[in-house]
Amino acid sequence: MVYGSLPIRDSEPILPNWWRTTDKAVVSCVLLLLGVGLLLGLAASPPLAHRNGLEPFHYVQRQAVFAVLALAVMIPVSMASPKTVRRFGVMGFLITFAAIALLPFLGTDFGKGSVRWYSLGFFALQPSEFLKPCLIVVSAWLISAVQEVDGPPGRLFSFLITSLVVALLALQPDFGQACLVFFGWGVMYYVAGAPFTLLVIMAGSVVAIGVVAYNGSEHFARRIDGFLSTDVDPNTQLGYATDAIREGGFFGVGVGEGSVKWSLPDAHTDFIIAVAAEEYGLVLVIFVIVLYLVATVGTLMRLVRERDLFIRLAGTGLVCTFGIQAFINMAVAVRLLPAKGMTLPFVSYGGSSLIASGFALGMLLALTRLRPQGEIGDILSRGGN
Amino acid sequence: MRGAALRPLARILLARQKGETPDGIERESARLRIEEMRDKARFRAEGRLVVLALLFLCVFLAVGGRMTLMAATDPEEPRSAISATGIVAQRADIVDRRGRILATNLDTYSLYAQPPQMLDTARAARELVGIFPELDAERLVRDFSGSRKFLWIKKKISPEQRQQVHDIGEPGLLFGPREMRLYPNGRLAAHVLGGYGFGREGVYAAEVIGTAGVERTFDEFLRDPAEQGRPLQLSLDLTVQAAVERVLRGGMQMMNAKGATAILLDVHSGEIIALASLPDFDPNNRPVPLLEGDQSDSPLFNRAVQGVYELGSTFKIFTVAQAMELGLVNTETKIDTRAPLVWGRYKIKEWDNRNYGPELPVRDVIVKSSNVGSANLVLMIGEERQRGFFAELGLLEPSPVELSEAPGSRPLLPKNWSEIVSITTSYGHGMSASPLHLAAAYASLVNGGTMVTPTIVKRRTARRGARVVSPEVSAQVTQLLGEVVSEGTATMAEVSGYRVGGKTGTADKPRPGGGYYRDRVIATFASVFPSDDPEYVLIVSLDEPVETSGSKPRRTAGWTAAPVAAEIIRRAAPLLGLRPKVEIEHDDG
Repeated sequence: MVYGSLPIRDSEPILPNWWRTTDKAVVSCVLLLLGVGLLLGLAASPPLAHRNGLEPFHYVQRQAVFAVLALAVMIPVSMASPKTVRRFGVMGFLITFAAIALLPFLGTDFGKGSVRWYSLGFFALQPSEFLKPCLIVVSAWLISAVQEVDGPPGRLFSFLITSLVVALLALQPDFGQACLVFFGWGVMYYVAGAPFTLLVIMAGSVVAIGVVAYNGSEHFARRIDGFLSTDVDPNTQLGYATDAIREGGFFGVGVGEGSVKWSLPDAHTDFIIAVAAEEYGLVLVIFVIVLYLVATVGTLMRLVRERDLFIRLAGTGLVCTFGIQAFINMAVAVRLLPAKGMTLPFVSYGGSSLIASGFALGMLLALTRLRPQGEIGDILSRGGN
Repeated sequence: MRGAALRPLARILLARQKGETPDGIERESARLRIEEMRDKARFRAEGRLVVLALLFLCVFLAVGGRMTLMAATDPEEPRSAISATGIVAQRADIVDRRGRILATNLDTYSLYAQPPQMLDTARAARELVGIFPELDAERLVRDFSGSRKFLWIKKKISPEQRQQVHDIGEPGLLFGPREMRLYPNGRLAAHVLGGYGFGREGVYAAEVIGTAGVERTFDEFLRDPAEQGRPLQLSLDLTVQAAVERVLRGGMQMMNAKGATAILLDVHSGEIIALASLPDFDPNNRPVPLLEGDQSDSPLFNRAVQGVYELGSTFKIFTVAQAMELGLVNTETKIDTRAPLVWGRYKIKEWDNRNYGPELPVRDVIVKSSNVGSANLVLMIGEERQRGFFAELGLLEPSPVELSEAPGSRPLLPKNWSEIVSITTSYGHGMSASPLHLAAAYASLVNGGTMVTPTIVKRRTARRGARVVSPEVSAQVTQLLGEVVSEGTATMAEVSGYRVGGKTGTADKPRPGGGYYRDRVIATFASVFPSDDPEYVLIVSLDEPVETSGSKPRRTAGWTAAPVAAEIIRRAAPLLGLRPKVEIEHDDG
């Protein structure tokens, strides 16, 4: 470099470039959801802390720490290039897959009946939360490889891998995560051009599995019966949630006035939306729904313009898993779906869930950044013909 | 681009001819093919992504919509005190025209069970049946031991019963506060008040909704929180209502009638001062409606409003009033009364086959109640004008009174208003109307000639309706009605100290299959008092009365309904603030 000359950069600085190209709507939604999560944590978690003999806002403090960690994961990941995302996704998949495979030997069930966690002392790590986004990236990569000349039969490979993971999750047992994983793969397969008859067959087999599970598992059957019966048993989680929503009305009973959190064991996780509805009313619930809606539908519309098959598939898988998880959580609380424990991303309490959601959305943001889509080349090459 | 899908043979052959290798051309063609495939896949994927986006939009909207619906309903078992006011329980009172309570609320309790908390279900069921004998012990045990976690046992229990349930000592039996409707006067004005039932129910409150009568018509008003519990003030006068009901009940027994009704109406304001229908019921314990048979046999049947009958000779006064209003006759004009009057294949006869001679003055047509005379009068009026006059009097439409039964009780009219129809209706046969219609029409005729709209609600100011007849005709009509009582068919309606006018009407009851019974009548007496300056109209109607004090049974209204009406006026007139004119009689004597 010649003395006195200005250094010339051949590319835009990282942060301005990130700010310019990132989907700011999704970033705002995530920040707002984290805020709502903390707000609701203030309401929903003191009873839990009380039961566990801790100071009232113990879980809120932890939630705040996790929220910062989630952001700390999400933002750097969102700066990565799609290729880096793919590489880290594949590596992450290998690690988390091994972790899940080893769960029966090293994991713990915290007395809840299913072995899903590694106890790390200060918090419980649930590897399946991290496996989900990684598996989606791997599947997207495999499916998109089909398009290459002489590419591998990626659809079959991805289906086999997904099935393996689903089987492992079902063994824990964790049917919720298993369904989510399978759903993520199905959505990608659908966007990649699955034939229609196959989709119908898949839907049919899901129903068939449901019937088998209904007849085979008493636990499952009870949940479905509870859902199908017309009157809500007031002493179940669903009954409490229903009452809470009704009691909240449009503007809620007031901050801290709610009582459903004292009856619901999962008030801070699976039924957090009931707490929101009771204390802050329909207003906050609609706000939360709009946030998820904006993040999900906005991202999907952005992906419509995307030309790279891998990016499109991975993005679809990630955002749909995120959206469906939010939907299922809220639909259970309003009895549109039978009871199924599922966390509300970014809002429910839980370290693994929060950080993994940050990781997944970080990858999604990295994939949906504005970048040249080759439209000019398209016009030029078509013009040449 | 379509051509790229095929192998470009022409170009390859051309290249071969020139001695060039065709590989480049083949590669180029393959590249184009792949690109086209990718494009196709991309467009399909774009469509599918849009479908996905729409799907998410739908499911989130569904959650939001469902959430809104749930937020808009009230919880079944509220937990926090703040929302306990969800169901506005306080229903406004109903009072009479002087503010005396007709309907109010009473705090009571409902009884429900939470079987999972119960200790000894068999004993609880046994003890409950001991307190409430109508419960079934076996069923209770089944409910308690099944999978149910919540069930209602009784909707309303008394404080004593509540204490007895407490004494069972069963923790799974719980109480929810209930507000029930109380009618402290029991059967009094039962048909006006109607009744109530429970609407939406929660553990801590239940909606009380009106099911009949004014409770139903004014349901929204009574439940409107914006009215802040302002009572509904009816036009009824409780003491007059009690007197009317008491006399009517006695009269009904004395005349061996199966039903009776009485309406007392203020001729100027149209306010209903008393309205009674027998048999009646206790609105605190409203009987269930009849599922089969004739609804008019049910005590719930409000004869005054729903009892649409042929009202007989009481209609003659309308014919005479219209003839005078049109200037066709005056009270002394002679009318042809040769019986029978033959009209086509019909013969119009007088009652009991009497004959009043070749002609009568108009006043005697009313006083003696001549069918033939009325028929000849209506032939002078013409059927169109008669129909128009009935419409002006409100006899052709359902009564506008604010009772939930009124809109469904349409007068029964012949299909076409032919001449023979107008002849029979001139003396009250061939069309049917309710006693309340009759009351309003009489009030319109005698109050100076302006249309009266009957109401059950107290009116602040008297509204003057459209003119029906001139004040002169109104005065003449009142005069004629007075003569009916003083020297005509209704001499038994005389009340010492009060001047009463009125018109009797005895109509054969129609058989359900067609035709008429020979020995079953509806006897109606429509009266006005005081007849020198009418203030009230009283209609008394008896269903199948028979008076047996004489040598042969008498059924005419003059012998049955008229004396009952007289007794009602004797009792009610002083309560209404009318002073008996005893001094004048004394002076005369």
